[in-house]
Amino acid sequence: MDQVLINLLNGISSGLLLFMLSAGLTLIFSMMGVLNFAHASFYMLGAYFAYTIGTVVGFWAALVLAPLLLGAVGALFERSVLRRVHRAGHVAELLVTFGLSYVMLELVQLVWGRTSVPFSPPPALAGTAFTLVSSSAEPMRFVLGVAPEAICQRSAEVFVACTRYPMNRVFLAFVAVAMLLALWLLLTRTRVGLVIRAALTHPGMVEALGHDVPRVFMLVFGAGCAMAGLAGVVGGITFVTEPSMSNVGPIIFAVIVIGGMGSLPGAFVGSLLVGLLQTLPLTVDKSLLHLAESLGTPLGPDSLLYPVAKITLAQAAPILPYLLLVLILIFRPRGLLGTREG
Amino acid sequence: MRAWMIWLAYAAVLVAAPMVWTSSLALTMLSQVGIAIVACLAYNVIFGQGGMLSFGHAVYSGLGAYLAIHTLNMVGDGRIALPVSLIPLVGGLAGLFFAALLGYVTTRKAGTTFAMITLGVGELVWSMSLMLPEFFGGEAGITTDRVVGEPVLGISYAPQIQVYYLIAVYCFVSTVAMYALTRTPLGRILNAVRDNPERVEFLGYRTQMVRYVAFMISGFFMGIAGGLGTMNFEIATAEVVGAARSGAYLLFTFVGGAGFFFGPIIGAVLMVLALVMLSELTQAWLLYLGLVFVLMVMYAPGGIASLVMMNLRMAAHGKLPGLAVPYALLALAGLVLFAGSGAIIEMVYHRQLDAALGPATSFLGVPLDTSAASSWAGAAAVLAVGVVLFELARRRFAQRWGQAQTEIEQLIALRERQA
Repeated sequence: MDQVLINLLNGISSGLLLFMLSAGLTLIFSMMGVLNFAHASFYMLGAYFAYTIGTVVGFWAALVLAPLLLGAVGALFERSVLRRVHRAGHVAELLVTFGLSYVMLELVQLVWGRTSVPFSPPPALAGTAFTLVSSSAEPMRFVLGVAPEAICQRSAEVFVACTRYPMNRVFLAFVAVAMLLALWLLLTRTRVGLVIRAALTHPGMVEALGHDVPRVFMLVFGAGCAMAGLAGVVGGITFVTEPSMSNVGPIIFAVIVIGGMGSLPGAFVGSLLVGLLQTLPLTVDKSLLHLAESLGTPLGPDSLLYPVAKITLAQAAPILPYLLLVLILIFRPRGLLGTREG
Repeated sequence: MRAWMIWLAYAAVLVAAPMVWTSSLALTMLSQVGIAIVACLAYNVIFGQGGMLSFGHAVYSGLGAYLAIHTLNMVGDGRIALPVSLIPLVGGLAGLFFAALLGYVTTRKAGTTFAMITLGVGELVWSMSLMLPEFFGGEAGITTDRVVGEPVLGISYAPQIQVYYLIAVYCFVSTVAMYALTRTPLGRILNAVRDNPERVEFLGYRTQMVRYVAFMISGFFMGIAGGLGTMNFEIATAEVVGAARSGAYLLFTFVGGAGFFFGPIIGAVLMVLALVMLSELTQAWLLYLGLVFVLMVMYAPGGIASLVMMNLRMAAHGKLPGLAVPYALLALAGLVLFAGSGAIIEMVYHRQLDAALGPATSFLGVPLDTSAASSWAGAAAVLAVGVVLFELARRRFAQRWGQAQTEIEQLIALRERQA
């Protein structure tokens, strides 16, 4: 039970991380119609920037500076490259960001090497956030920080299990929720948000009212990249900072198709769903073989379906998001909360 | 020039190539070029002609390769009887089958969403390949032996040259077939779906169906390329369905020129050259490739094929000799620029990856010392000079080119008025 709860928490925190990525991607996509293929590369770059900046000015400053720098890089890219190919249509824009992802990956490997860098959380985030104490005698409970030895002591008649939950995962969830809140407030409560939302649906009218729409686009692209960078910083201290961080790309694309293209709430729901799909099955060591057995038709090793049926749910976890993607496309092509067809 | 003459020349090149380049390296590369031509042309059926950007097309060539290799192994065991020459066709049918299956889902969408879904499907198949070692052979992949049974008409496929000619035949037939497709009503409506899907819907066609059919055709030829790969390499590893392979098809088809039928052929040649030779020459080749790709999307979206056609047009109007000097200046400035930036990139790579081998490296035959400030300063100076020279040469070239272009347009307008 405690393992399921821990997995649930892990699923939610990785879902929130996915949301930090898919929110930026969705924002850029719904504003400009541009799918930023290099979004995951900005995520990777965020971790590396924060690592290097952190060695000079410390982690907390890097947490602010790295996303800002990433935002500047993104805005520069939009201004100098993306705007140029805008005339050629969305495919060209997608292609140019695709090329950028190659260049960024190679540059990162060039500067920081092909293996991981030791980007570790600061002391304040390195420890245990809380301990989950489950005992056969009393109901499950949380203890803040590391639980004292006395509680975790198991005796002959009472079974006690203590599971520690790391601080950096809690921090990740906290940053993601804070970002979500800030984004929501910015979009709904400020003048800037008003202009952004207006430019989303009526770019011509917004331009006629005297707003510089290309500049709005540049800022939105930069903001999206900064959000990916922020995700990179918290992702970097939680997971491993290595070039393969950019492999998260296909997952976030799956997330925004599942949630519905261009829908921010959809991206949120999709992220949590995919985050849970990736982690929850990890504890389930059952396969189709067990199902067949319980249905009274056991499959033998020489059955044609055996190789497929013997895959446990835990092994299949990496493909579940993509299977969900396929199912969504068949039964609800516009995505869970999407409004756009086609 | 008549159309049949071009095809004859194409066939002649395919036949004569191994007689001109006779080394065994050349022969393996030519075989790979033949395979790559089929794959890039097949990719271009949906990309250039259908306007569908797929990030997961290696799935169809890869699964084709796997089914071909399993079939070949079964033929080897004597479980089924099939001429080995037909193995690529098995790959094609497998590609068609999987394109029909997966394409049904992916082609429900067009444009950007389609691209994302193909990426997802590609990842799905790639992850499956790690989960199903029985079919995909796990880390080691599946191996086979293409020499099966008694030689037919002296063909045993033991020597590489026989495999090359098998590839050449398939390559030629596939090229003709895919060219023929562009002349059919289906090919034309596919172009229309690319250019203006809404209007096509109003004409009463289902764009989704057109995309689906084109996707299946593309999958079939991708599968043939996969089957040819099986015959050539006698091994299939999970890498053949991987994202890197899919990316390479996209990249090189675009660089070759997706807007012209022959563009992907140029791309295929470049792909093999890059994968075999460039990757030997420098470790930074992916960086160069990415930069070239980004620059092409920005400045030459028609790929190399469009550059060739533009210059042919200049030549046809006798303007090319006048551009010789600007061209030469541009090339010279480009070389300086490349020398400067290349030296810096190579030195950084050297420091990062081969630092254990000592500070000395070389670029374009020039010895460089990565620990000496003079090398860095020199490279930076060359780069700075290159940037300035290139910008000057580019302006001059752009001006001359525009001038020539205007003259041609005036000439054409004049002719039209006289006619």
